[in-house]
Amino acid sequence: MQIIYSDLLCIGAGLAGERVAVEAAKAGFNVTCLSIVPPRRSHSSAAQGGMQAALGNAIMGEGDSPDIHFADTVKGSDWGCDQEVARIFADTAPIVMREVAHWGVPWNRVEAGVHTYYKGGKPFEAEEKREKHGLIHARAFGGTAKWRTCYTADGTGRSVLNTLDSMCLRYEVGIHDRTQAEALIHDGENCLGAIVRCLKTGELKAYLATATLIATGGYGRIYRATTNAVICDGGGQIAALDTGLVPMGNMEAIQFHPTGTVPTDILVTEGCRGDGGTLLDVNEYRFMPDYEPEKAELASRDVVSRRMQEHIRKGLGVKSPYGDHLWLDIRHLGEKHITTKLREVYDICTNFLGVNPIHDLIPVRPTQHYSMGGIRTNKDGAAYGLKGLFSAGESACWDMHGFNRLGGNSLAETVVAGRYVGKKIVEFLQGHTVDFKQSAINDAHTKVAARIMEMTKRSSKQESAIQLRDEMHSTMMDNVGIFRNGKDLQAAVDKLDELIDRAKNIKLQGTAIGFNPEISLALRIPGMLKLAQCTAYGALMRTESRGAHTREDFPERNDKEWLNRTLAYWKDGETRPELKYEEASPYFEIPPGERGYGGGKIITADIPEEKLRVPNKGADKKKAKQTKKAS
Amino acid sequence: MSRRLHIEVFRYNPLDPNSQPHMQSFYVNEYDSMTLFIALNIIRDEQDPTLQFDFCCRAGICGSCGMVINGRPSLACHTQTRDLPDHIVLHPLPVFKLIGDLSVDTGTWFRDAGSRIEAWVHNDHEKFDAKAEEARMENDLANDIFELDRCIECGCCVSACGTARMRDDFLGATSIARIARFYLDPRDERNEENYYQVIGNDQGVFGCMGLLGCEDVCPKHIPLQDQLGIMRRMLAIHSVKGILPKRILEKLQHKGCCHESH
Repeated sequence: MQIIYSDLLCIGAGLAGERVAVEAAKAGFNVTCLSIVPPRRSHSSAAQGGMQAALGNAIMGEGDSPDIHFADTVKGSDWGCDQEVARIFADTAPIVMREVAHWGVPWNRVEAGVHTYYKGGKPFEAEEKREKHGLIHARAFGGTAKWRTCYTADGTGRSVLNTLDSMCLRYEVGIHDRTQAEALIHDGENCLGAIVRCLKTGELKAYLATATLIATGGYGRIYRATTNAVICDGGGQIAALDTGLVPMGNMEAIQFHPTGTVPTDILVTEGCRGDGGTLLDVNEYRFMPDYEPEKAELASRDVVSRRMQEHIRKGLGVKSPYGDHLWLDIRHLGEKHITTKLREVYDICTNFLGVNPIHDLIPVRPTQHYSMGGIRTNKDGAAYGLKGLFSAGESACWDMHGFNRLGGNSLAETVVAGRYVGKKIVEFLQGHTVDFKQSAINDAHTKVAARIMEMTKRSSKQESAIQLRDEMHSTMMDNVGIFRNGKDLQAAVDKLDELIDRAKNIKLQGTAIGFNPEISLALRIPGMLKLAQCTAYGALMRTESRGAHTREDFPERNDKEWLNRTLAYWKDGETRPELKYEEASPYFEIPPGERGYGGGKIITADIPEEKLRVPNKGADKKKAKQTKKAS
Repeated sequence: MSRRLHIEVFRYNPLDPNSQPHMQSFYVNEYDSMTLFIALNIIRDEQDPTLQFDFCCRAGICGSCGMVINGRPSLACHTQTRDLPDHIVLHPLPVFKLIGDLSVDTGTWFRDAGSRIEAWVHNDHEKFDAKAEEARMENDLANDIFELDRCIECGCCVSACGTARMRDDFLGATSIARIARFYLDPRDERNEENYYQVIGNDQGVFGCMGLLGCEDVCPKHIPLQDQLGIMRRMLAIHSVKGILPKRILEKLQHKGCCHESH
């Protein structure tokens, strides 16, 4: 077996993985990135809308500050986030946007003068200030008090990914594409790297590293209707969960995006609504202001998705062979706007739907989009349970999103967390050595090799990976969707118990020598079922509604009992995770309150006085004063 | 619409000594709004789980699924079967190394090209000041740079290129457009001589035969030929700088497009 050594192994080479890689490579460490696809094909490339950062350059973002961004993020999370992390995020985001600009991102810029913008389908004029001319511009996104989403037309993910990838070239980061990490190598205390399958030859290799980062994105492919790329199968989370030591945080927190297209489930950006697009029903009536008079289409995603589903349930959806949907209307934005600032949307509509958005309405419905949960890390990005294991981006539960993520915050998170966690990994590497125990390497390798061997040779009790996948998809779509209840969730948990059991008997149908695509799916399905079970079981046990987690039988947000984060551990051989809970946030800079949209009752909690302030904030000021005096 | 599609696929597994390159026929019933992404996945799920092909975003944004569809390089995800006859023939992209069936290794090719042209902004990256305001840029320029940053590296242009088919060191239109992106970018401090050294040769701008295949097949409609012309003109003028009188040079330096004002 080939063994490859690095100081840092990044599993995943999207925005978060590459940003961490650049930080460590700049510090002189040897870095290897693994990626299922060439890095520029990572799902980050599909992100259209933009990255939130409180730069306050645009006239509609005037007066913005990290404090306001922080408050929006905490509200957006429905007070489920770690406020210490949300604070780090909001404070660092503007620096990171400027840094990537220095590296080459062609952010759209402020143009002084009067411009026509849209709000709720209505045009208005605003004058961009002369002194801001040429600085980074911003557009509106849901759930934000100010316009703060930095963007490059509707190809933000693409342009930032290109820039980071070019930095990886510049700093000689080793990119090993078409590789898939199948299992982590660990000795029970330290993570030592991963057993990796080459997707060109099928060969297994050991990648050893002092620090290992998981940045593999989300696991949306446990649902049938998802905006996620086909590679978003939770590979990183599965590898971590399989150790039995590393918990997943808040797996029940799944976001549905309001504007997945019908029937292909491809996302059209929130930028459509941010730029003034509206949602219409079967009568071409704009219904959102009735539900959310203040924010309308620009309430946060969980709220808009629920309101859409509610409206469809009233029978006001548009009937189609693919189920009921609603309309997104951007016709009033005009040809120029649509073919420049929303060109990707224009292409998607014309190429995939046969719809011309300049003249036609776009069929949309809420579709699985983002996983707020993932590998639970501390604020430094270090995973719980194993030393030397880190995670960043969507694969992590860092936890600045809590139970609902604001649009533009995840794309920003990839690079902000990437930079922050990258620096922490550099500190770790500077002070840490590790013994690569041969027994640990052999154990991990044997396990993966034996699984493949069994699937090839098995003769009795055969199961098809494709069949199991399809049954998982139906279970998750039908029972663990936007609206949830105890009965359906119990049915999902029971069904997933059965599927997890059956997955022990997967048999391959074909026998191809070398790389065999069927093995990829067969190796993944048992882990995906576990992630699905963490989601369903976590949702069943959480008897409240918070953010994207909506229980019809428990409609209140119950801060008294549930102002916490679910941790799901998986013991080998079980069909369900073991759930533990930890406090949502170490302290509450903003005490739990109403979000100002979405409605709903709150059962309040008694939070001890000392948790309602920022520890050290006073101390820091004092320290600063003392230093000043001393100097 | 209830055609039965005859999809003929190139099959070859280079790792299997018994495998011979051949065409294999599959039949699927056509649906409304069916794309080749859907059709190929049906084939793999229901008929042959070993069939190798690549998809990732399935939305025309990532570039994974470039293949030769009825003789023309294109993205399979955004190809609607209703726009094709009921006999569809699929080949892997030429030029790139074959991994198996319809899957080719574009990653190695593009990484190599990126290293050869040093595809990153050349400036002092350490000079970044976290406390300072960002350097200003005209919005039109930002848009022009983004226009060239839209390449998804699907490889269609390279596969449709006569020169690339004949010489394996040709950088292709995609790399020239990528260099043009840095030439346009004021943050990149390379001068014309630096560019000349990377693309002022037969592997670069002077290797192009002007067949226009690249631009014809580009799924993102990137103006590849314009960029090639601009870069070739810039380098040609650079190479005669010492020979031609300044007056004529100034006339020639008119670039005639988005590069004009920079």
